[in-house]
This record gives sequence, C-alpha cells and structure tokens, in this order.
Amino acid sequence: MQALAAPLRIVLTAVFLAVAAIGYPAATQAQSVNPTKNAVSEEQLLQQFKTVRGLGTIPDTKSYTLEQPAGRGWRHFHEVTLRWIGAIAILGMLAVLVVFYLSRGMVRIESGRSGRSIVRFNAFERFVHWMTALCFVILALSGLNITFGRPLLLPLMRPESFTAFSEWAKYAHNFLSFPFTLGVVLIFLMWLSGNLPTRVDVEWLKRGGGMIGHDQPPAHRFNAGQKLVYWIVVLGGGAVAVSGYVLIFPFYGTTIETMQQAEMVHSIVAMLFIAVMLGHIYIGTIGMEGAFEAMGSGTVDVNWAKEHHSLWLEEEGARGRTGPSQPQPTIVAGQ
Amino acid sequence: MARMKFLCDADRCIECNACVTACKNENEVPWGINRRRVVTIDDGQPGERSVSMACMHCTDAPCQAVCPVNAFYTTADGVVLHSKDICIGCGYCFYACPFGAPQYPRVGNFGSRGKMDKCTFCAGGPEPDGSPAEYEKYGANRLAEGKLPLCAEMCSTKSLLAGDGEVLEEIYKARVVQRGYGSGAWGWKTAYRETVSS
Repeated sequence: MQALAAPLRIVLTAVFLAVAAIGYPAATQAQSVNPTKNAVSEEQLLQQFKTVRGLGTIPDTKSYTLEQPAGRGWRHFHEVTLRWIGAIAILGMLAVLVVFYLSRGMVRIESGRSGRSIVRFNAFERFVHWMTALCFVILALSGLNITFGRPLLLPLMRPESFTAFSEWAKYAHNFLSFPFTLGVVLIFLMWLSGNLPTRVDVEWLKRGGGMIGHDQPPAHRFNAGQKLVYWIVVLGGGAVAVSGYVLIFPFYGTTIETMQQAEMVHSIVAMLFIAVMLGHIYIGTIGMEGAFEAMGSGTVDVNWAKEHHSLWLEEEGARGRTGPSQPQPTIVAGQ
Repeated sequence: MARMKFLCDADRCIECNACVTACKNENEVPWGINRRRVVTIDDGQPGERSVSMACMHCTDAPCQAVCPVNAFYTTADGVVLHSKDICIGCGYCFYACPFGAPQYPRVGNFGSRGKMDKCTFCAGGPEPDGSPAEYEKYGANRLAEGKLPLCAEMCSTKSLLAGDGEVLEEIYKARVVQRGYGSGAWGWKTAYRETVSS
C-alpha cells in the first residue's frame, strides 16, 4: 500500500491541477470585468457633493471628510472680502464723521444752558450702558486684531509679542462676550418701551433730525435716530452674540460649513456694528453739546431736553408733579 | 530643490492603517491627535477606495494665508510647517484647510484648543534640527536626516508615496500604464492645483 500511495497522490494532484487549469480561464471569462478598475472618482464626488466623505476608524467623525475644497472660498472671504468690508465701513464712517464735523461742527444748545437739569438716565441704566460699551470696545479691538492685526500690527512688533497680545485678546474676546451679551439683553428690556416706532419718528426723519440746519423736530424720550441705534444694538448685538457662541463652542451640532458661515456672519455684522458705534460715539461726545451728560452724570440741561426731546420733557414735567414712582424725573434747580 | 509632496495610490491602499500607527509612534503624537488617517470611500461597495490623508503641504497653503498671527511658513522643500510658540489656537486653519489636517489637543470651548498640531512631513519645526525641544513639540525630523516620512516608508503596498513631486508623478504614471487603470492622485488638484495626467 505504501508503494501505491505515492503514485496515486501524484495522479490526483495532476488531475486537480488540470481541472484548475481548465476552470481558471472560464472563471476569468465569466467575470471579464476587473472589479478594481471601476473606482469612485474624486472629480465626480467633488462635483456632486462639494466634499469627499467616507468612513474612518477613529472616533473623530470630522476626520471622515477626506477633502473639502470649500475652505478656499472662506479663505478668500477672510483675506479679501472681509478686509474690504471692514475698511470701507470703518474708514468710510470716520471720513463721513470728519466731513460732517468740519462742515456742521458741534450741534449747540441753541438757546444756551438754562442752568436747570433733569434726570435722563438713572444709575442702573448708566451702569448697563457703560458695561456694554466697555465690553464692546475691547471686543471690537480684539476682533479687529484677528482681521487686521497681521498686516497692520505684526510688522511693528516681535512675533512672540504679537502672539502674546493676540492670545490675551482672544481670551478677552471670549470671556467679555458674556457681560456684553448680558448688557445687550438688559438694554433690550429696559429701553424697549421707549424705542417702539411711532408717528413722531416719521416727522423727525422727514426733518432730518435737526442735524442739518437748525431745525428741532419734536421727539419723545428716544428720537428716531436713537431708536435706530437701539435696534442695531439689539439685533446686531444679538446676531454677533449668537454667531459668537457658535464659534466659542466649536462643533456642537455644527459642521465645518456652519462654523465658516458663523464666522462670516459674526465678522460682517461686527464690522458694520463698529461703524455704527463710531457714529454713536461721535454724536454722544463732540457731535452735540450737552449730550454726553445724559450718560455721564445722568442729567441733562432742560434747554437741551427742550430742543432735542421736547415731548419727553413735557411728559416728565407732567409726571414729575403727579407720580414719583419711576426713575425720579425731577427738575432740579442749579447744577 | 525638490518639491515635497504626498501621493496616495488609492488603487493600492488596503486600509491597514500602518501609516497612521507609524506616524503616531515616530512623532510621539499626543493622545487624541491624528496627524494622518485613512478614509474609505464607498465602503463595502464595488469600486470602494481607501485613501491615506494628512496635511498635503499645499502650494499657497490656505492655513498659512488665514492664520491671524502668521504661525506658518513654507520651507524651501515646499513643506508647510508652523511654530507652536506663535500659534494662538484660534482654529482658523482648521476652517480653511481642505483636508482637515490641523488638530488640537483639547476640545476648544472658550478658545481653549491649545497649540495646533499637524503633519510636518517628518520635518520638525522652527527649532534647531534634531533638538529635544523640536522633538517634543513637533516630533521627528527625518527630513534633516535624509529620510522620508515614516508613514510612506512603512507602507506595505507602497500605496502612500512621499518625496519629490516630479518623481512621485513618474512612479504613479508608470504604475497606471502597467496596470491599465488608476483613480488618480487624490487631493492633488485641491492641494497643488494640478493633477497627474495618466
């Protein structure tokens, strides 16, 4: 048996090999397509979905996106579009203000100071205003640093110093967003009733708010221009806050596209916001005599109130005698 | 001067993730950071392809362009590197990168991402070549030793290639001619604005 086994094995092997040899070409003919030849195409995927996404093996699902050329569009926005928007809005506003100041000058109290003053904003209102304002200034400067710091500030400093400054600016930007948002919410609530549009606003706007010429259109506590600033602060501040919190908590329910969009909304609104606030700062300081006191000491001259908020003065006068409930609108003699 | 590039021949990648492991080990990459990853497209479908992806060291790199503190620099070999001393961890490079290459050691709430980390083409950082400080921050500097990135060197099927772009192109073209097909150099058009014409 031992002698027979070896030849038998050889025969069997030969038969097996022969069958395999016949069978193999048949199998390849039946398939005839090379299964590895028809691959997914990068170009097609990019055209269809704008990104190439697949499956990975690590927990970070963001990494399953192989390619997302859309970042290039965002880069162009950040590098070119945003800088133009910012430069035009901010420098444009500054130019307008300079021209306006040189041609119109400070809006004076026409009838001179009466020597009597009236409470315009109480301590709480002023606190909220200045808290929001201080946060806004720091937020604006640290935000502008992200867009304009590299071309404008970095050449003047050592890179390490600029990094140290920018890192602190980043933390200031992130954490001051909370008191700023609180301020916007409080501003919205405490001045809402005075800032709803009325028919008086139409006439005020028609008469140019008395900024050009020496007209003094009547206004309640807030005129149409102030109402405009109020709504820009409330809506713009709201938009900046919401988009900012999306950026501060990255990838919580957001994708890279929504992060890019949040940054775009945040930066465009912020640039326009800064431009508007420059106008607000102008009119509250060198643009109008007697205006700063409203937020400074909280009281304004009665003649100032008569010229700029005649209806409010009347209301306060009437209320001051009857009900001493609200923020004490008393007319006091002297300073 | 060579223009260093990566090329992943997706028709050869078997999704073994050896490149990922090699990268982590060679560079002592911190926990949670993946400088390189393998993504499988159309997994389980006919024609599925796996591609190993890391920083592609783009021409005119978007990360470098958007960085608010100018932390990036491109070496004479076309390798895009960055300084962790300059980085402020703002996350902008991640928003601009077409390949999701920038990684951060922490989650990033309240801007606490930490210093960005990404593939260095095994070329270290701005510190002196081969110094302990360089190794600690950026990992190995194999390029300074005349070696190519370990991910490509380790690749068992020679799917992932690293080196001078022109040489890579020749190798890839020869492969495509020999086997009669090729799904192209993934990411090249996005990274280098050119493709390998096969």
